[in-house]
Amino acid sequence: MTTAPGTAASEAASTATARILHDTLHGTARGVVVDSPPGAGKSTLVVRAAQELVAAGESLMVVAQTNAQVDDLADRLATADPGLPIGRLHGSDSPPDPLLDGHPSILKSTKAADLAGQKVVIATAAKWAYVKDVERWRHAIVDEAYQMRSDSLLQVAGLFERALFVGDPGQLDPFSVVGADQWAGLSYDPSASAVVTLLAHNPGLPQHRLPVSWRLPASAAPLISDAFYPYTPFRSGTDHGDRRLTFGVPCDGTGPDRVLDEAAASGWGLLELPARHTPRTDPEAVRAIALVVRRLLDRGGVAVSERGTSPLTPDRIAVGTAHRDQAAAVRAALAALGVTGVAVDTANRLQGREFDVTVVLHPLSGRPDATAFHLETGRLCVLASRHRHACIVVCRAGVAELLDEHPSTEPVQLGVTVKFPDGWEANHAVLGRLAEHRVRWAP
Amino acid sequence: MSLISTLARAEAVAAGRAAPMATVRHRHLARQPMVLVPLTTAGEVGAPLGALVGTVREEPRLLVVPQPRDRDLRFAFLAELAGAVLPYLESYADEVEIEPATRAREEAEVCADAPQLIVPNSAAVAYVRLLGRSTRFRRTAEEDPDTPFPVPARVPLLGRWLTHYGERARTPGSSLLLAMTDLLTRHWATGQSNLEDQHLGALLAWIDPPDGMTGPSAARRAESARGADGLLLCPPAGPATDPAFDNTRLAPAMKRYDAARDSAAEQAIRELVASQLRPTWDAVWHGLDLLDALPSGGHVEERWKRDRWSYTGHRDRVRAGEPPQPRRDDAIAAAAKLAGRETAQVRLEAGEALDDPLVMAGRRLAGEAFAGEVAEVEMAYSEGKIPKPRPLVTVLTGDRPHLDPDGKLFRALPGGKTQGGVFAGWAGPGAAVVRLVNGMGRGREPEPGSVPEKGDRVCWTLFEHAPRGGAELPDPEDTPWTHGGPPATAGADGPDPVTPEDVL
Repeated sequence: MTTAPGTAASEAASTATARILHDTLHGTARGVVVDSPPGAGKSTLVVRAAQELVAAGESLMVVAQTNAQVDDLADRLATADPGLPIGRLHGSDSPPDPLLDGHPSILKSTKAADLAGQKVVIATAAKWAYVKDVERWRHAIVDEAYQMRSDSLLQVAGLFERALFVGDPGQLDPFSVVGADQWAGLSYDPSASAVVTLLAHNPGLPQHRLPVSWRLPASAAPLISDAFYPYTPFRSGTDHGDRRLTFGVPCDGTGPDRVLDEAAASGWGLLELPARHTPRTDPEAVRAIALVVRRLLDRGGVAVSERGTSPLTPDRIAVGTAHRDQAAAVRAALAALGVTGVAVDTANRLQGREFDVTVVLHPLSGRPDATAFHLETGRLCVLASRHRHACIVVCRAGVAELLDEHPSTEPVQLGVTVKFPDGWEANHAVLGRLAEHRVRWAP
Repeated sequence: MSLISTLARAEAVAAGRAAPMATVRHRHLARQPMVLVPLTTAGEVGAPLGALVGTVREEPRLLVVPQPRDRDLRFAFLAELAGAVLPYLESYADEVEIEPATRAREEAEVCADAPQLIVPNSAAVAYVRLLGRSTRFRRTAEEDPDTPFPVPARVPLLGRWLTHYGERARTPGSSLLLAMTDLLTRHWATGQSNLEDQHLGALLAWIDPPDGMTGPSAARRAESARGADGLLLCPPAGPATDPAFDNTRLAPAMKRYDAARDSAAEQAIRELVASQLRPTWDAVWHGLDLLDALPSGGHVEERWKRDRWSYTGHRDRVRAGEPPQPRRDDAIAAAAKLAGRETAQVRLEAGEALDDPLVMAGRRLAGEAFAGEVAEVEMAYSEGKIPKPRPLVTVLTGDRPHLDPDGKLFRALPGGKTQGGVFAGWAGPGAAVVRLVNGMGRGREPEPGSVPEKGDRVCWTLFEHAPRGGAELPDPEDTPWTHGGPPATAGADGPDPVTPEDVL
């Protein structure tokens, strides 16, 4: 019985991919937009599209947002097709990952002219912005387009004739360190997302979405889909029971162990500490996170999935926070417990990454107020959608009441499409679900 | 709110008066600024009620609109305001310095100084923008004899200058148009909320309470104490007026003026408006005195020079007969402004930290910098054909910086230059190892004094000191298809069509 939904999911996904590739290769529109929920095979799609375009005799440019994304894409492309001549364009003070040295098909340079012979040239948007006086590419692929700012697209859009824009609309929106309210509502608001501007000026562009998340387990996909993608639902590629998380060491009855058991059984766990207003680096919450991770490793976790059976090692675990100082505090607490190799970072930096188990410090835990930053939908979405097996949230009690005291008060700007769901509602949806998997613990 | 500002506010509460947030002044103050205190009419957006304006504390010029709903009186006011402000703005236009040519641009002239406008609060900055927007597209009878409601000469020009100043004020660190509340909150932290800090009287009460009073009690008095006549002892700093004043004083006086239309009734209104403006006028000058007592920060002059460039640029556009600033920025202009402001913000934050140990302490608390004593210097060289010096410097610090492996670090050298480094790891608890990567000259051996020695105090920052701007933007006529293509040009900014509402 467990194979049937998987097959249906595969079919839905391949139908979507076929349509996207058809529009990219044979469509008449200058742009194609693909919305991809977390773990829906966005990178695989980009690699496929690049391969097919090259096979059709085209050469293309690929735009990603960070050097890490560019290196990752180049690595994937070269691995998928070792014969494909790839150019990695980079800045003079940001050399590419040494990982790329293992691919003889990747040529690296700081000048676009040196890479003219390569079929695929990859760089960050910031680097592309400096490229001048080159022949226009017929095709481009813009990856993480929802995290790209409109002004950044403005700088590079002159380099290509048509493009495939791929991204996840549910993740963190791009931001600016200075106010940009004066342009709110303009179709080309430079601080808005590139896709928003693109669609405002080209409303007829074909829009597709990838319908299946291969990362999120069956326990997580419905919640993430309902809470963050209410109008573009997706499903998980695996069914309940396809993935299992087990421990070799039994529960010792403490809060961290009990929440681990809950998360292993249901995919979600909420370790709720007593209500309290705390500084951002809440020492008790930080220590609770460190203990959860320590026990996760000590109890000999084993992850069973469609990819096989593997022990839960530190590199398969991540801790997510809202602020950098919180991440630093967690790193210090983990080091004190002798844990190394676990990724600890903010939502911004965890975007696009995947782990078996994630431990999250709730952005609103212990806060006296709920600001727009902490309510941002994308922040919670990123933190709650990095895992293949289970997500454990550590939080002070009282967040639901805090939310009720702080309804969204962002001004409504004329001409700006109101984003649904807002962070307030998404937070409540996630909290409501987490409450079913609550373990109360006073450390 | 950063940790250090939380601390300063807690200290202010405990001490009963404002705590310093800076040891130097981080904004330029002109030798002769022009102070402008505008008031607006309740319920009538963009209908000024009056203003005090001038460059001499003892001689404010009072401008009053006795009946703000009367358009002729409104534009007479704006003409008078233009008469007061424009000569000041233009008086700096002719004294210039020559900037030698650089690789990026030709030789150019820049005004030796620039006029500076000071208003009481950020609502007044917004009001300056509003006045600019509502006047810069007006037509004068000289320009167009057929225009239906001509305005006095120079009013549109005033609008263009106010628009320029209002727009420039959005650039972080700029000082052409400053709000006194922003200036004061940059340099002092009070024990009240940010919202309350927008009340100039209450803010000054915390910073410099009258003799015999504490900050909180003086602030409470400034915010809410009323005299026997029911009026606030400290009227709001505008542009909005106190409703009690509007209802009990202004409205009856205007009624008398409407009936009589004589100079006695007008004089009564002038005195009423002056009574509301004068305390704010004095408060702004009080604030200027407080700020003048602080020494100027090291990067203030450099930022003011950018303001002078901005002033010179607008002077040139006016002289060249260019049309007023468009109603809305096009895609390229908006992106260029945003990029410029983002660079200015980063530059401002870095400059303030380098100028002021108290600001740097805030960055250190936030994990964005660390200071300490050099414990060890180990000479090392880079690999390659020509080995270059890459000394490893171990710094003992009690700070807890958020250092990434191979993260870039920056250090200000005595000559004003910046030395770059890379975080090489922790040699022990609180012992950060930094590999110096530049700022040591071209030779095989570092130049003397370019490498810190054992026992030196050093401060490394994780942020750049002089960030570059980003890549160039395309020309407006090359606006790509993703952004709607090139903007339509001629006629796009003509006057609005006349609608039935205009002639109600």
